[in-house]
Amino acid sequence: MNCEPDNKGYWGEFGGRFVPETLVAPLDELNEAYLASRDDPEFHAELADLLNHYSGRPTSLYYARRLSEEVGGAQIYLKREDLNHTGAHKINNCLGQILLARRMGKTRIVAETGAGQHGVATATVCALFGLKCVVYMGSEDIRRQELNVFRMQLLGAEVRSVDTGSRTLKDAINEALRDWVSNISDTYYLLGSALGPHPYPLMVREFQSVIGREARRQILEETGKLPDLLVACVGGGSNAIGLFHPFLDDENVQMTGVEAGGRGAALGEHAARFAKGAAVGVLQGTRSYVLQDDDGNIASTHSVSAGLDYASVGPEHSYLRDIGRIKYDSVTDAEALDAFQLLSRTEGIIPALESAHAIAYAVKQAPKMQREQIMIVNVSGRGDKDVDSVRQLLNGGEK
Amino acid sequence: MSDRITENLKNGRGFIPFVTAGDPDDETSLEILKLLAARGANVIELGVPFSDPMADGVVIQRSSQRALDRGVNLASVLSLAAKLRVSSDVPLVLFSYLNPILRFGIDGLCSAAKKSGVDGILIVDAVDDEARELADKFAEHGISLISLVSPTTSDGRLENICRNARGFIYAVSRAGVTGAANSHSNEAELLAARVRKFTDLPIAVGFGISTAEQVENVWKFADAAVVGSAIVAEIEASIKANDALARVEALLDQLLPLQKAAHTHKVEGSRL
Repeated sequence: MNCEPDNKGYWGEFGGRFVPETLVAPLDELNEAYLASRDDPEFHAELADLLNHYSGRPTSLYYARRLSEEVGGAQIYLKREDLNHTGAHKINNCLGQILLARRMGKTRIVAETGAGQHGVATATVCALFGLKCVVYMGSEDIRRQELNVFRMQLLGAEVRSVDTGSRTLKDAINEALRDWVSNISDTYYLLGSALGPHPYPLMVREFQSVIGREARRQILEETGKLPDLLVACVGGGSNAIGLFHPFLDDENVQMTGVEAGGRGAALGEHAARFAKGAAVGVLQGTRSYVLQDDDGNIASTHSVSAGLDYASVGPEHSYLRDIGRIKYDSVTDAEALDAFQLLSRTEGIIPALESAHAIAYAVKQAPKMQREQIMIVNVSGRGDKDVDSVRQLLNGGEK
Repeated sequence: MSDRITENLKNGRGFIPFVTAGDPDDETSLEILKLLAARGANVIELGVPFSDPMADGVVIQRSSQRALDRGVNLASVLSLAAKLRVSSDVPLVLFSYLNPILRFGIDGLCSAAKKSGVDGILIVDAVDDEARELADKFAEHGISLISLVSPTTSDGRLENICRNARGFIYAVSRAGVTGAANSHSNEAELLAARVRKFTDLPIAVGFGISTAEQVENVWKFADAAVVGSAIVAEIEASIKANDALARVEALLDQLLPLQKAAHTHKVEGSRL
């Protein structure tokens, strides 16, 4: 199937470039640099070298025998993005974009972060290349992810607390955009998900597609056939689109993106952008599904997982959802917490709370499938960062 | 193509104040608008509050949030505009982000805005084809889409933007967000000169204009100065003592000393 955006960054009605005029020139410059890098074998060789020797790719595709036996039904394979350097898939995109930033001659990097994983990955690649790094993070997320804040600081980054709006990922993106628009001559905005104005959603997808390319090769080598179902959590949607994209032409491979169902169906209690009442809108540079109120103001969201706690979703997901290629569903905070513990106990793998949403969906779905069927679940990150908040949640009440 | 906005700015030394609609409250907001009109505003920019104003600095962000907390929305902004229209002919331009407008509905907005006496709409995050489509729809209802240009805008883009522009050209003084700045760069002057190559429409310069010196300086190379955050900051500072009108008036006295004299003269004259 054709899943390339047009030259303005649209997948159907989704995507595009909705930014203040000042950002048009830097986005054009970025797009040009990106397209040049895409056709440059040297760029790909350098990136592959870093992915392999610095981040430790390929990550393994692991058959989760005990988990599969425990829940019954389909065989569950885990794509172990948690084994990447820095502990999540975010590094794939950061390595690609930092090479681009260097080619563009930028000396200062700004980024937003929700759970802190993208901030850590950005701080890491900035340390690797000796670039100045400023990470914006909502104060609510700083509270939830203290350890990652210190980790970024250890890596030499400056973490700036964002106290506006809901004090989460969306507000951190606003601040990063404000910084970028004020410092465009020397600053590169290293956006962490398949979101934002063109060319970010395309670029981030391309850098993350290494996940799906590897998984496709690995499952064929291991089992001689393609999987029946792919499962990944969807915040902005970069780990999901990275896994799904290389399988889009495989008609018999079904895919489900799992959103954060939070603690209820009311607006403000979840981050399920495709839930009932979803509406298309424009937020932070792109047209996509957006959780919003009747006046077009962006709704607050809730998820136990900071990385899924975002009011919009990558535009390519909206397109793939509307044409029916990918199905989206959600699981609740409580289900994600159960899955967090289940995977830890059965496989000795503590997943990130984000990834635990994908696991939670998988354990509900597997029993409905046949023993010979195969499911690949993306473990987008490891859960060390969440151990403390999960401990507090399980000991009763929110932190 | 000429309209009321263009007409009101054609003599130069123009003043375009910006305030967030409904801040600090509906009644005071209306009084502030009347004051701005009485004090010689050539055009008034009326900010539509939005939850995620990514092009705005902290002063307008906070003002936007105050208005949202009070339930201000596009419908109430239009009703405020209509109330001002009862007593003033000053051209009104809505200053908005795209999402509240999409949610309201473009067609509905066109007729409602026309009915409320709105002359123009500036949408911060609509550029290129998206802006052109909106401009065409607005134009069918006699409403001008106001175009914003920046020091980063290339000549090629400037030419395109100017060809389709109406009302006036809003030239951003520097790459950045709204709010006071100390920089004394000549970026705005260079930009105005580039814009002038492509259009005869009035050029207004905004972002970071907060003193009389800056206003005078803008008038040397452009037709009008936009002052936003400086006024909004006075409104914010007035909340405790509830003296917004006095504060805004004092700021206007500073910003526009000549207009002050003329205004005083007119008021005294009318008493006779």
